[in-house]
Amino acid sequence: MNWEVVIGLEIHTQLSTKSKLFSGAAVGFGAEPNTQTTLVDLGMPGALPVFNKEALRMAVMFGHAINAEIGMTSVFARKNYFYPDLPKGYQTSQMDHPIVGKGYLDVTLEDGTTTRVGITRAHLEEDAGKSLHEDFQGMTGIDLNRSSTPLLEIVSEPDIRSAKEAVAYVKMIHSIVTYLGICDGNMAEGSMRCDINLSLRPKGQEEYGTRTEIKNVNSFRFIEKAIYTEIERQADILEDGGRIIQETRLYDPEKNETRSMRSKEDANDYRYFPCPDLLPIVLTQEYVDQIKANLPELPSQKAERFQSEYNLSDYDAHVLSSSRAMADYFEAANKVNQDPKLTANWVMGELSKLLNQSQLDIANSPVDANAFGELLARIKDNTINGKTAKDVLQAMWDGEGSADEIIDAKGLKQVTDTGAIESMIQTILDANAAQVEQYRAAEPDKQKKMIGFFVGQVMKASQGKANPGMVNPILAKMLKG
Amino acid sequence: MFEQSIATLAQQLRNKEISSVELTRLFLDRIQALDPQLNSFITISDELALQQAKAADTAIANGSSSSLTGIPIAHKDLFCTQDVLTTCGSKMLNNFIPPYESTVTSRIQQAGAVMLGKTNMDEFAMGSSNENSFYGAVKNPWNLNKVPGGSSGGSAAAVAAGLAVAATGTDTGGSIRQPASFCGITGLKPTYGRVSRFGMIAYASSLDQGGPMAKSAEDCAHLMQAMAGFDDKDSTSSETPKEDYLANLNAPLAGLKIGLPKEYFGDGLDAKVADTIMAAVKEFEKLGATVKEVSLPNLQLSIPSYYVIAPSEASSNLSRFDGVRFGHRCDDPKDLLDMYTRSRAEGFGTEVQKRIMVGTYALSEGYYDAYYLKAQKIRRLIKEDFVNALNEVDVIMGPVAPTTAFDLGSKTNDPVAMYLEDIYTLSVNLAGIPAMSVPAGFVDNMPVGLQIMGNYFAEAKLLNIAHQYQQNTDWHLQTPTMAKGA
Repeated sequence: MNWEVVIGLEIHTQLSTKSKLFSGAAVGFGAEPNTQTTLVDLGMPGALPVFNKEALRMAVMFGHAINAEIGMTSVFARKNYFYPDLPKGYQTSQMDHPIVGKGYLDVTLEDGTTTRVGITRAHLEEDAGKSLHEDFQGMTGIDLNRSSTPLLEIVSEPDIRSAKEAVAYVKMIHSIVTYLGICDGNMAEGSMRCDINLSLRPKGQEEYGTRTEIKNVNSFRFIEKAIYTEIERQADILEDGGRIIQETRLYDPEKNETRSMRSKEDANDYRYFPCPDLLPIVLTQEYVDQIKANLPELPSQKAERFQSEYNLSDYDAHVLSSSRAMADYFEAANKVNQDPKLTANWVMGELSKLLNQSQLDIANSPVDANAFGELLARIKDNTINGKTAKDVLQAMWDGEGSADEIIDAKGLKQVTDTGAIESMIQTILDANAAQVEQYRAAEPDKQKKMIGFFVGQVMKASQGKANPGMVNPILAKMLKG
Repeated sequence: MFEQSIATLAQQLRNKEISSVELTRLFLDRIQALDPQLNSFITISDELALQQAKAADTAIANGSSSSLTGIPIAHKDLFCTQDVLTTCGSKMLNNFIPPYESTVTSRIQQAGAVMLGKTNMDEFAMGSSNENSFYGAVKNPWNLNKVPGGSSGGSAAAVAAGLAVAATGTDTGGSIRQPASFCGITGLKPTYGRVSRFGMIAYASSLDQGGPMAKSAEDCAHLMQAMAGFDDKDSTSSETPKEDYLANLNAPLAGLKIGLPKEYFGDGLDAKVADTIMAAVKEFEKLGATVKEVSLPNLQLSIPSYYVIAPSEASSNLSRFDGVRFGHRCDDPKDLLDMYTRSRAEGFGTEVQKRIMVGTYALSEGYYDAYYLKAQKIRRLIKEDFVNALNEVDVIMGPVAPTTAFDLGSKTNDPVAMYLEDIYTLSVNLAGIPAMSVPAGFVDNMPVGLQIMGNYFAEAKLLNIAHQYQQNTDWHLQTPTMAKGA
């Protein structure tokens, strides 16, 4: 049977506020357990939540970025369930009246086609703490540092039809929230986590099949792999005439399989009701408009600008604008050398290669944009050629200094003095008199092939420093005799 | 001495006729001597009280004192007090020592008052007789066989018996007014949002409100001066500027329009209580007030509405008592579920468990619309009733409770009869308006409270009305016989 996959995603985005959603405690990763907590995060009797308005501003920014209706009156609701790292016995979230309503994103796929993914809603909620099962001799430790950290949960429509589309969509959300500066995008530290709702249906069928939900997948690669394995699992069951059980599953990246966590029958009745400790958030049109007016440039806008302002190709513009860090790096480097095409090639080529090898993000590149721009400026003004520049970049990467310092120290400056090149060539011609004779006797076709030998000799003698653009015409002229 | 008003005591303290330490000792001695009969205190913080009294004496000597400086008062054991056991009347919090101070107690402390201890109450403020306390029932000082009312029964009994000059209480459905009425003291439930809930252990967050309980309206005004006002730690706290509650106590009442809701005088109201209330209303007419009948047509719906909304919120508010971080944890839990179920089954009393069950049911999927949402709609109707009535009159008067204090144990097996006790008080909480209970006479030697209900943020007006009444009557000056025994 030919199956169509139907996917909807819930992305939990940690907002990069300084303090928590409902308390003044600092938000941060990796602090000593329970040091970033207040009475509110500990769920102390009598403690009351106070809403962090910075989270509100960030949620409204996101709403604008996905062309969404903004909830002019939004209401916090309590989602009630017992868990040791949920200190109040309920999570404060939003149910009937989320801050961000219906919106959409046009997602560009690798092949250049675009698909529209509807976004049902995005709502604010607080994170829970963490249960630590190691190091406590059979007991469980509770760390409430993460308790009440602000999350924006972005819920898509079931509009996604493949793993590739899902990844492209998540990457786009990632790119938007980092562009807006409302999330650090650090997936390894859990700043973005994804729940995947997935079902299959025979191609052409309107009705959705029974879905499963894969919880808490936290990398682009795992999202793709989890989707592939779950499609395969569901297709196997359906093709054997079985039924899919609606349940929550967990993806195990080591075994590359999904496992059942709990079935629908075990699901909690969360008993949502409006939180009586918090007033509804009522926005003014002025507030919403002001945030819209001050929205930073978004990835798609940046890509367009890169094409018009820098004359870059559609492809280059999209790659460079896919992350704000890369776009900023490109623009900063280009400012130094004023050659967008050269800069684009080197950022996407040599620099990306080194970053990949070291598994570093461009924001943490050991060679900053300014230094990189200076290196490219030395290519542009013919101080060094491209081949030498790669060596210089490696030296810069290894911390040996700036481009100019390395070029000076290693004497890598190109020879561009015509007289010097002529005398170098004369030495080569004198030393290879026989070859010169052969050359002069040959047909013009053959000469074109034979000249490579002399170029090679000159470059070797100059230790790569002779400007190849100058060597060729001078050599051709001198060989003529 | 123990019968003196805050103003008189403050004067005597300033005049060095007595020191705060002496005054505090006097009250601590009275608690020692009399409280075994009443059981109105859960914790007596005598060391802390004497420390605070010493500090108060220093402040008075330095001339930096307020009217509360050095005045010994008690707090309902629902307000978190730093380093002082705070039980909320429950076994669940039998070991809970808060690391912080509630806004109310902190403001009263900053005003210089001395805390004698923490008063007994119905567990988690759920009850109308103070019989639902893990620490035992409280007795009514006017008759030790009768209940003091609830849930702030300890505060009411302590003030009535002269074991504290004044006390704090909280009122979710009548928990300040009904015990004030039963014990013959003056109590004010402020407008929702007037007094910060920060540090008050929540029962039903949208209804809970702290307030003063004292011998007179004037004493209540002194406490309100310190307690009331915006608090940025409570998102539901009102930014409406607080009034000066003392400034207009003596404003004349001529022209005051009083509304009597006919629904407050129907079936179920004890005839003698009704007569007492009408006599009080006559007194106001003598002071120049006019009286007219008003209607609060949805009064009957306040009980079912309240008993859906309050337990629903409670079921969620009390989820944090899970044995994980504080409070009671059962011995040797087998697993997580066992720890939850046994800790909560052992820690919570019957009434609390009942309300958690009711609330959990009302919020559950498939029932939410029929119960919780419906109750919220009724709540809006009740609020509109009050708004309409208060468009016609300045204040509404009526009884606080259908009867005087009933016998201990007489209603413990009849929850519906117990819930009906709150018929005249619940609607005020649902609407969020302020209301007082003012001593207005006796029926068979038991006090009767007159309820005065006003518009949003009209606390100063209510205190003024009650004070004028008390200038012309002496019901609030009566002292139970047992209080004279020490």
